[in-house]
Amino acid sequence: MESPFRSEAAAFRFLLISIGAFALIVVASWVEPWLGLAVFLLLVAGAVWVYLRQRGPAPPREQIEHVGPPDERRVLVVANETVVGEELMSEIGELALAGKARFFVVSPALNSRLKTWTSDEDPARAAAQKRLDSTLERLASVGIEARGEIGDVDPLVAIEDAVRSFRPDEIVISTHPEGRSNWLVRGVVGAVRERYDVPVRHVVVDLERPYRPAADET
Amino acid sequence: MTSHTEAIHEHHGPPEANRSSRVDARTLGMFLFIASEAMLFGSFFTAYFFVRVVNPDAPAEWPPEPYHFPVFVAGVNTAILVTSSFTMHWALQSIKRGNRPAFLAGMVLTFLMGLAFLLTQAVEYLNVGFNTGDGAFASVFFGLTGLHGAHVAVGLTLLGVVIIRGFRGHFSPEHHHGVELPGIYWHFVDVMWIVVYSVVYLI
Repeated sequence: MESPFRSEAAAFRFLLISIGAFALIVVASWVEPWLGLAVFLLLVAGAVWVYLRQRGPAPPREQIEHVGPPDERRVLVVANETVVGEELMSEIGELALAGKARFFVVSPALNSRLKTWTSDEDPARAAAQKRLDSTLERLASVGIEARGEIGDVDPLVAIEDAVRSFRPDEIVISTHPEGRSNWLVRGVVGAVRERYDVPVRHVVVDLERPYRPAADET
Repeated sequence: MTSHTEAIHEHHGPPEANRSSRVDARTLGMFLFIASEAMLFGSFFTAYFFVRVVNPDAPAEWPPEPYHFPVFVAGVNTAILVTSSFTMHWALQSIKRGNRPAFLAGMVLTFLMGLAFLLTQAVEYLNVGFNTGDGAFASVFFGLTGLHGAHVAVGLTLLGVVIIRGFRGHFSPEHHHGVELPGIYWHFVDVMWIVVYSVVYLI
């Protein structure tokens, strides 16, 4: 069901549907007032069901044009708590060694849904800022200078924001291992690979185990 | 190891505003508008249902004897308003196809039908046979229909501006956003009337 307020045509269709729906309700209520109420509730439930089941069309695959010097790679790094993981640091180090590179780290402000709804985001942003600062310091300590910012609580939105401003040639996403990663459950890595036409590296960081190199690239 | 920290974009002056793609500004504005309208009409409908259903002294008949709502006249008025939505839709489709005379004809017809609706409602108020002091049902009736009438008046103002701009040649197949938004509003006003007419007059 398209939002009836996105366009005039959608609003017009919504009007026609409303006329039909209220005609049914009125006729039912003439037969029996409680039947009218039942029809009304049924139609509301049906509308809610259709709304919840709908899935908007997948956004078109986005081509990211290279900006900056031709010999420079622009790498977008997206990580949650795993931003401090050795696996991720190792991956960034390899990319930096491979040639001239510019890094941009995005640290989403992880928060609960309830706190997001109630705009209680300050602690989440403060924690994300702390993670980001320590990451940039660690990278600087090994000679890799990078910039960064706090991202939206939704990793896909955070990546979309960063892509618009940074225009990366490559995206590195760091997650917890399968089974402990909320981002993997939500299919974040797959969604980013479908959405953007740049290589996407997935780095698995297991903060509970000693460091083991693990990365795959598409 | 080659990397550096140059600014992404050279930028002078105050920092750029944060533009998260989470919520589009127009969408957010429309949601806020819908929410405020829903609360406004919701409060009036709450009063209506309290008077008619919750109130233990609610009259068995609606409206209470000896009063009557002009159902037929309001029905004709409903037909006029719904038809105006069709002409509004026709006008927008016409300007999208570059048919300017049809666009102008559609807009003028929409405006005239909206005006006819409002004038008919005014005549209905004068001849309805009761006033706001004749009971809670009358207050609710005038409140709900009057609130909707105010929305129609706002819609007519918007349509009037579109017509003036249309005659000045402001709209084209590429640029018709100024028609699209009043069109959405006009259909919203029609939807609200369908609800008001069904609940107050028919049920």
